[in-house]
Amino acid sequence: MTALTLSNVCKSFGPVDVLKNIDLTVEDSEFVVFVGPSGCGKSTLLRVIAGLEEATSGSIDIGGQVVNTVPPAKRGIAMVFQSYALYPHLTVHGNMALGLKQAGHPRDEIERRIAEAARMLSLEAYLSRRPSELSGGQRQRVAIGRAIVRKPKLFLFDEPLSNLDAALRMNTRIEIANLHRQLTASMIYVTHDQTEAMTLADKIVVLRDGRVEQVGSPLELYNNPANRFVAEFIGSPAMNFVDADRVGGPVGATLGIRPEHARIGDTGPLSGQVMHVEKLGSDTNVMIDLGRDSRFTVRVFGQYEIDPGAEVRIDYDTARTLLFSTEGARIAS
Amino acid sequence: MNKARRNPANTLAMHGALILYTCIALFPVFVILINSFKTRKAIFREPLALPDADSFSMIGYQTVMKQGDFFLYFQNSMIVTVASLFFVLMFGAMAAFALSEYRFRGNTLMGLYLALGIMIPIRIGTVAILELMVASGLVNTLWALILVYTAQGLPLAVFILSEFMRQVSDDLKNAGRIDGLSEYTIFFRLVLPLVRPAMATVAVFNMIPIWNDLWFPLILAPAEETKTLTLGSQVFIGQFVTDWNAVLSALSMAILPVMVLYVIFSRQLIRGITSGAVK
Repeated sequence: MTALTLSNVCKSFGPVDVLKNIDLTVEDSEFVVFVGPSGCGKSTLLRVIAGLEEATSGSIDIGGQVVNTVPPAKRGIAMVFQSYALYPHLTVHGNMALGLKQAGHPRDEIERRIAEAARMLSLEAYLSRRPSELSGGQRQRVAIGRAIVRKPKLFLFDEPLSNLDAALRMNTRIEIANLHRQLTASMIYVTHDQTEAMTLADKIVVLRDGRVEQVGSPLELYNNPANRFVAEFIGSPAMNFVDADRVGGPVGATLGIRPEHARIGDTGPLSGQVMHVEKLGSDTNVMIDLGRDSRFTVRVFGQYEIDPGAEVRIDYDTARTLLFSTEGARIAS
Repeated sequence: MNKARRNPANTLAMHGALILYTCIALFPVFVILINSFKTRKAIFREPLALPDADSFSMIGYQTVMKQGDFFLYFQNSMIVTVASLFFVLMFGAMAAFALSEYRFRGNTLMGLYLALGIMIPIRIGTVAILELMVASGLVNTLWALILVYTAQGLPLAVFILSEFMRQVSDDLKNAGRIDGLSEYTIFFRLVLPLVRPAMATVAVFNMIPIWNDLWFPLILAPAEETKTLTLGSQVFIGQFVTDWNAVLSALSMAILPVMVLYVIFSRQLIRGITSGAVK
């Protein structure tokens, strides 16, 4: 069964079209991540799904039921916000219980669900504390707990990790992935961090200017991007783009080469001067100035000694390059 | 304060200025208080002297207690002030919530219209208000005063509160909506507690002018049973003779209830419970 079907969803604020003809399906127990640069409409799309914003046109179908006119609380969804949005005057227990009380669940059922969520998120010791007495990571777990107890058909996460520090972000990311395995519910997750997108998603939706650019599994997007925007957005460091005519390709086209598919050597079709070296320990990123305002990053695995200013040649795997037209669309190489 | 930034001379100057200002502000109150405990002769002989065994007298308080029903005046003032504040805060907060939370046609215009009241003094409309009260039969009732003071306080309340309500996190309100809270519950349970300091500010701003007002009680409710404290005290001020003992005693007693109200609200001013709500 499909958990969510969007057909032809548009949203405009006055004259500004924020979402343009979005078509999307989310299967049961699928983890879907919306990525895109800021202002691309990914958060608005999430809010339209949640019912916090009304779609200007198009239909939203959650679990086989069109919910365009259904209020957020009755859509069978739960949402986790970037700013946690915990009720400051309620304890952790109260925060998790409020939604269930509103829905009229019996008391013992509420207690059972809270106990279960607290166990999953190791929040048992904090149930009687208020949000102000918790750390950032704990608050985020409470926010997730508040979503879990509702037993929704669909979880919505709005950049839940962006307020956490790097170490905590990684832990919470793993926790969310575990949670997804245990709950087997569908999840939609909005982020601008492509590491989160790549590691968590079954399916990534890349958005730009209110349009879906491409939908696919993380590796599909990495190996086979539909256009230059997706190719540039997925992968870190970002893909290199070289005028194709420099290496014997068609004039006007652009050749895309991932940093990890290129090598520094004595021979190779491209040459330039080393500008900067980033030593990350496990690998080394070498930025090379190719001239003609064009830069190239080579990712070398392991530690590599090279000085800025050195003249180098770049060789690459021709089978793994991608060719794009002037407009940015993929063309067969 | 940061130790590195603490300069003894600065601290001294700062405290000096504050203490000086406090003295200046409290001086009239102090003079009223000490003179209310003195005989009439002593008040005029040495207005700044403290009451001693010779000059001490409770005559002012006795006059006040005997003449007129001062307890009733107190009660009237209290009812009018508390009820007006209640309505100002409730309707002001509701209007502010609507203006800051919902997108609707004419939102900005409505906000400007409500703010207009800050610039136009309500006393300009006294004649019209009196005609209205006569027509609706509200003259010489406390309701007349409560309605007028509510109207007087609303513009500033809406203006201040809508500014504060815009700062309440959208995510928090949306979390409430997803949990199935009604808009009223979101307003009363989530938003109001977070703007409590702003509510206290509005309450303090409105309370003092209402408590001290002489104009509207004199015009709209001068009857004996609806007299407020300020109006009641006027019986001691005559064209030729003024009973200073009684006036000073009445004023001294009038300070107390406002002080109690102020203490209640100012505690709210200091308390902020927003920490931990977001981030």
